[in-house]
Amino acid sequence: MLWYTGRRVLQMIPVFFGATFLIYFMVFSLPGDPIAALYGDRPPAPGVIEQIRAQYNLDKPLLQQYLIYIGNFFQGDLGTTYSGRPVSDVMAGAFPITFRLAMLALVFEAFAGILVGLVAGLRKGKWFDASALVVSLLLISVPTFVLGFLFRLIFGVQLGWFRTTVSSEAPWGELILPALVLASVSFAYIVRLTRASVADNLNADFVRTATAKGLSRRRVVTVHVLRNSLVPVVTFLGVDLGSLMVGAIITEGIFNINGVGGTVYKAIVLGESTTVVSFIAVMVVIFVLANLLVDLLYAALDPRIRYAK
Amino acid sequence: MPNKSGQAHFVAELEDTPVAPIDRLDESQKARSTWADAWDSMRRRPMFWISSVLILIIALVALFPGLFTSVSPNLDCQLANSNGGPEAGHPFGFTRQGCDVYARTIFGTRASVTVGLLATGLVTLMGVILGSLAGYYGGWLDAIVSRVGDIFFAIPTILGAIVLMSVLPAATPTSVAFVLSIFAWPQIARIMRGAVLSATNSDYVMASTALGVSKFRILLRHVIPNSIAPVIVIATVSLGTFIVAESTLSFLGIGLPTSVMSWGNDISQAQTSLVTNPQVLLYPAAALSITVLAFLMLGDILRDALDPKARALR
Amino acid sequence: MKRSRMGLSALALISVSALALSGCATSNDEEATSAGDASAVVSTNGSEPQNPLIPTNTTETGGGKIATSIFAGLVSYNADGEIENEVAKSIESDDATNWTVTLEEGWTFTNDEPVTASSFVDAWNYGALFSNAQSASYFFDDIVGFDYEVDSELTGLKVVDDTTFTVELASPEADWPLRLGYTAFMPLPSAAYDDMAAFGENPIGNGPYMLDGEGAWVHEEKISLVTNPGYEGVRKPVNGGLEIKFYSTQDAAYADVQGGNLDVLDAVPDSAFETYEAEFGERSVNQAAAIFQGFNMPYYLEHWSGEEGKLRRAAISMSINREEITDVIFQGTRTPATDFTSPVIDGYSDQLEGAEVLEYNPEEAVKLWAKADAIAPFGDSTFDIAYNSDGGHQAWVDAVINSVVNTLGISATGKPYPTFAAALEDRSNDALTGGTRAGWQGDYPSMYNFLAPLYQTGAGSNYEDYSSEEFDGLLKEGAAAETVEDATAKYQAAQEVLLKDLPSIPLWYSNVNGVWADTVSDVVFGWDSVPLYYQITKG
Repeated sequence: MLWYTGRRVLQMIPVFFGATFLIYFMVFSLPGDPIAALYGDRPPAPGVIEQIRAQYNLDKPLLQQYLIYIGNFFQGDLGTTYSGRPVSDVMAGAFPITFRLAMLALVFEAFAGILVGLVAGLRKGKWFDASALVVSLLLISVPTFVLGFLFRLIFGVQLGWFRTTVSSEAPWGELILPALVLASVSFAYIVRLTRASVADNLNADFVRTATAKGLSRRRVVTVHVLRNSLVPVVTFLGVDLGSLMVGAIITEGIFNINGVGGTVYKAIVLGESTTVVSFIAVMVVIFVLANLLVDLLYAALDPRIRYAK
Repeated sequence: MPNKSGQAHFVAELEDTPVAPIDRLDESQKARSTWADAWDSMRRRPMFWISSVLILIIALVALFPGLFTSVSPNLDCQLANSNGGPEAGHPFGFTRQGCDVYARTIFGTRASVTVGLLATGLVTLMGVILGSLAGYYGGWLDAIVSRVGDIFFAIPTILGAIVLMSVLPAATPTSVAFVLSIFAWPQIARIMRGAVLSATNSDYVMASTALGVSKFRILLRHVIPNSIAPVIVIATVSLGTFIVAESTLSFLGIGLPTSVMSWGNDISQAQTSLVTNPQVLLYPAAALSITVLAFLMLGDILRDALDPKARALR
Repeated sequence: MKRSRMGLSALALISVSALALSGCATSNDEEATSAGDASAVVSTNGSEPQNPLIPTNTTETGGGKIATSIFAGLVSYNADGEIENEVAKSIESDDATNWTVTLEEGWTFTNDEPVTASSFVDAWNYGALFSNAQSASYFFDDIVGFDYEVDSELTGLKVVDDTTFTVELASPEADWPLRLGYTAFMPLPSAAYDDMAAFGENPIGNGPYMLDGEGAWVHEEKISLVTNPGYEGVRKPVNGGLEIKFYSTQDAAYADVQGGNLDVLDAVPDSAFETYEAEFGERSVNQAAAIFQGFNMPYYLEHWSGEEGKLRRAAISMSINREEITDVIFQGTRTPATDFTSPVIDGYSDQLEGAEVLEYNPEEAVKLWAKADAIAPFGDSTFDIAYNSDGGHQAWVDAVINSVVNTLGISATGKPYPTFAAALEDRSNDALTGGTRAGWQGDYPSMYNFLAPLYQTGAGSNYEDYSSEEFDGLLKEGAAAETVEDATAKYQAAQEVLLKDLPSIPLWYSNVNGVWADTVSDVVFGWDSVPLYYQITKG
């Protein structure tokens, strides 16, 4: 197990270089001159743009830019944004809140999704199953920017249950509404996934055996059916953590949260390679770790899966 | 004993996995393919026919929108009709630009269904192939596929969309589907890999191995059909989320151009009239829901049909 | 040439037009001093400044509204865009070329350093110096000594004594003092030059507000300002400070005003155009502002040069129903254009000769288009308008396109670019396939600022390379005119040239749309779409 884990952690090294270079390349190939665009319809004096481009090494070829970035990276310097802020400061501002938001969303979708999916799977074809289907369909068909707008309008403005946007202090209570919006689509996935797995496993041999052995239905369901149904759900959750973090652009915009999604989006639009690359590098590490955790969880959930010592 | 993937076969406690009347492999008789079996079981279910008819209608609308409306959706947008309610000949009312909502919903079907189906197809294909190879063979293959997946999944879709949009003269449903799938396949690959990991260690796979069936054949004949259930679930839901993702791209200004009618485009523009004119959102979203529903039902039935355990009961 | 005369005429003209157009301009001046808690902090919307808060490097609105709050220049603008003396006692010239600036005594920065002639001269030299790469450096290019390519001292600036300095311009400019309220012309304390980057984080100013201690600027979140007790200028705050919260979307800011988390909002989002006036009633404003919007048809395109191009531009312009689009799409938050400036600018006119080309006239449009087709048939070509899709332009571009299609029956489409950078690249490289969105927000309230940078031969923002000797000549005459009346006449004549050539097809002026919570009163919006924060009372 330890060896397996160690090997997986070592895999981060090629992943880091692969991911950073790929992203650097993509941001580099974005159309237009990012510096000229900073000035909008008012171009500054002609020499100004060249000087700023040189300051950010944008006048150098792609590979050289990338090597400079990597060199600085290993000296602990992540570069600066086009407004002159150290990227490390920007990260320190954005990651904590996004991580909290993603965690909260993950907890919502995991608990609610698995619970609803389990009941729907156990009562396949009954009214609860049908209502779960309708709710899932609704959540799938309504995009986040509509759902978030409506939630904020209804629960924030009209009912006043939640603050309309998240304040800079961002207590957990203010994150509930955004987390619900963020979790909505994944919730639909998890309901469908759990329901299908549960329905499948109800017919599995081991469940019939367990039932035949005279175990209570409660024990059969929780220990045998649910545990064996969780492999795809846990996989999904592992992958989803990442989407919840980078993919929260819309939700963060609606609730004015200064997080990873919005920052990365802004940096992409501005063509700010150092910011995009640094953020995504961290995201890749989070992905690798989350997937490692999921793989280790497999062994716990499905006794048939074991990793070499 | 550890195998190449670093996984050891584990023999569970008797109470956890009691010996069961497992698949009997009669290699002498030409076995019916899993898919033929699936077809047999599917066609006996009414839900199959309901969803098939729905999908057929959607396909008809997508292919021949002109059959369903005589209103030209793009050429006759009059601001005088802006956000107008339903009236004769315009049953769903008008958009903010004064275009006919019904006609736009009908004409938007093609682009949206193309995006949804194409992206789902690509993602499922890549995910199933790469995920099952990674899970089944393990080792370096698993390491490479999984880590490449991590990289791709970490790259924001919008970055890819902006890069691609600037390479192409104009975004098309195909290009949007392509962008969406490049960054989404690792999800299905991960799910497939997990399911394959479980299935690889099942009794029937071990039995087949013992019987001397080739490794690749086992993957095709037993492992994939037994692992595909969660993928079908994810794929059918993804169909809807891809169509919505197209609308989110439009909302961010990097989706299909407004000259291409799509539900996503209309939904993204509905945001500004949400309070005053919700019908603009309602109809394209309803069309999207119906499409997703049809495929969800079909997926459910396909999953049941492919699942040997579920079939055994009938 | 006297500054005061210019001020008067500006006041007279602008107040008439502003009232006529908005019908909402508040006249709460007498109440302004009445109520309010002098220690209450007013919260308002903003956006993260693009650069550290160095005035000569602050040319965007996010940083601009903070910079003008914490600095006081020679003059400031009142609600009508009229200049009022701040640090200046007088700004005088006999020939519009050599100016003598006399400062009021007693002004200090918040670190107690006195504001002297050097505070201005050094700051301007810093801003103009080539190697400092300041975004506003071109604002100094008419001062003798300026150079675009090498480091060069502004030799036209001379400190006479602590309270006097002289300015020599390269050519006469009668309305030169009008621009002095712009952020680029603010003074800097000598402490700034030790470490300009650090200064930009915690700027020390002389304005009505100052930063609320170290760390008052929480990046990407907000900036907290408190009143500057030492400030004795014309913008003396009646509240205790400002909290400028940064929003990434106007939607979120609007919801915060609705939810009682924000006092004043200066930008109403699209989604609330139809409802904000009903919801906020008296606590909302919809008045003309100094923002011009249109679109340009490049001359390098086939069908769009020479006589044919002239006809087509006029035909397109007349095929657009500006009234209807501003009414329906913008719900009256835009005012149809009648010239190339803006209703809040002194000299604005809806009576220019040739302005009928900006009116919706489908019959004439079809006729002109046919005339152009007789020169060279447009055939199956597609007419398009390029825009950056991250800027909220889609709705109006689509509406304009629909209007053109409905009138002329040609094939037309909007052409979105994913980012501003992408759109700008094609525009600067003459690689457009059709028209392009064009807009201008005035830096300072003067016609010259709306005309010279956009249409003068070789000007910085003249991307489509329009060039007209007649226009350039009139512009030069206007700049050098002895009186403002003469200047205005020249500028209007110059615009009549533009109306014939239509280097830009004017669409509308963007109004300022603001709402505020019932916690505050006396909210008045300035010519630059920013509320006069110092007048707002709370509590």
